[in-house]
Amino acid sequence: MNRSRTRAALGALCSVGLACLIWEGFARSGLFAPALAPSLTLIVSALGRMVLSGAMLWHALYTLYRVLFGFVLASAVGVFIGILMGRFRRVERFFVPLVSVLMPIPSLAWVPVFILWFGLGNAATIALVFYAATFPAIFNTWTGVRSVNRLWIRSAEAMGADERALFQKVVLPGSLPFVIAGLRQAFARAWIAVVGGEMIAATNWGLGWVIFDSKEFLNTDVMMASLAVIGIIGFTFERLIFQTIEQRTVSRWGMVKTVRG
Amino acid sequence: MHQIELRNIALEYASTENHVTALQDVSFSVEASEFLCVVGQSGCGKTTMLNIVAGFLKPTKGEILIGGKAVTGKGLDRGVVFQDFAQLFPWRTAQRNVEFGLEMKGISKEERAEIALRFLKLVNLEKFARSYPHELSGGMQQRVAIARALAYNPAVLLMDEPFAALDALTREEMQRFLVDVWRETKKTVIYVTHNVAEAVYLADRIIVFSPHPGTVKAQVKIALPRPRDTLSVEFLNYQKEVVYHIVERK
Ligand SMILES: Nc1ncnc2c1ncn2[C@@H]1O[C@H](COP(=O)(O)OP(=O)(O)OP(=O)(O)O)[C@@H](O)[C@H]1O
Ligand SMILES: [Mg+2]
Repeated sequence: MNRSRTRAALGALCSVGLACLIWEGFARSGLFAPALAPSLTLIVSALGRMVLSGAMLWHALYTLYRVLFGFVLASAVGVFIGILMGRFRRVERFFVPLVSVLMPIPSLAWVPVFILWFGLGNAATIALVFYAATFPAIFNTWTGVRSVNRLWIRSAEAMGADERALFQKVVLPGSLPFVIAGLRQAFARAWIAVVGGEMIAATNWGLGWVIFDSKEFLNTDVMMASLAVIGIIGFTFERLIFQTIEQRTVSRWGMVKTVRG
Repeated sequence: MHQIELRNIALEYASTENHVTALQDVSFSVEASEFLCVVGQSGCGKTTMLNIVAGFLKPTKGEILIGGKAVTGKGLDRGVVFQDFAQLFPWRTAQRNVEFGLEMKGISKEERAEIALRFLKLVNLEKFARSYPHELSGGMQQRVAIARALAYNPAVLLMDEPFAALDALTREEMQRFLVDVWRETKKTVIYVTHNVAEAVYLADRIIVFSPHPGTVKAQVKIALPRPRDTLSVEFLNYQKEVVYHIVERK
């Protein structure tokens, strides 16, 4: 366990180091003017400056607020609808066409519409995140409920489980691998949506807004620093939250293989 | 009074393209505490029959009486063990799997744990109470499944080839073990298998099914004392007799 962790950490260090080297080479190659492709030292010092002034913290907090608000709402709604679709034919017939048509529309395509509806600010971005995250949650939960092993249902029924017990004690845990996969995918989409949404719909705060705003003043070091923060936060969520949940539940139960690295 | 009685059971699987008459006019009965084995070629309707007795399928014709009363659905008077190891709930430990039926009955937590541990002990798995199914071997998982089916104390145990997916050595061990458990708990058992030696080893009586449509073809009473010597002449003669009924043309 410990050894494989160390190995994974070493692997991560190598790949990040390599990416930094390539960037540095690119920055110094003269392909673009230095103002457009800042070197690592400039990026790091911009990052340090923003962290120390507290600005970065606020930008990140605003973004996190928007993404979590939308994501949690989308998860609750998505899992709920997905389960109903998996259990009841009529609900399924109603939602399948709707989901199939709405899912392929890129969430960013909705930004202008949402701005008209909600104005610039938090509401439009949150709506966007909600839109982006709901469909993967619905779709995966629905698949998960349908894939619950029939023998589990039969065994439970033979042991006297009623509809409610069946649902709570068999269908829900039985579809958990899919639900977790769905939430993971939903978060990834939400994260993309929040940054994209902030670029257009946000005012004054948010990581996406900083990047877009920096373009006006050619602050490429600030842009790159914010991009790095976006990457780090996304990675932290994936690692700390989803991977931990997975390890404590479906991996522990042998329902999915543990992924390392 | 018979413990279980099937009266003129028929079942047709009706899909859009074709109708399969899986069972036709199946009648037999099982006495209390009897160990009944059902054998027959693949596709002769053994699983279908068991699913009807368990209440998972409704017969097209006929009725089933348990303890003299007609039953139509599932019930806690019957415990079921399937062939597939995957019947255990992977998200529950062995003990919590065994507790499931007791939970449905509304038995308190302490009592549940106590009963579950008692049945895990019966199947020699008390040390693995806290293991998850994927941490157990196939034979161990089937033993947990048996403990689970026994724990809520059904009068009847229905088993569909529970040891078919095990290797030969483990299977023999499990058969010996099942006879012990059966003698200790005095359950009425219907045990489906296509392994004739297994049936002769386990059963008080064997019912032979013939296919297309599935129906009862012969009955063989096994009058051998237990534990049975699988190499004795009598044992082999019984085996021959059962095989003869299986392969003989109508
Ligand atoms: N769900 C189903 N739909 C349609 N036909 C079915 C279905 N299940 C079984 N059958 C048919 O019913 C017949 C009996 O099947 P069943 O599974 O009861 O046989 P079995 O004796 O248990 O065979 P095996 O020893 O291979 O398990 C077979 O001809 C099969 O094709
Ligand atoms: Mg079968």
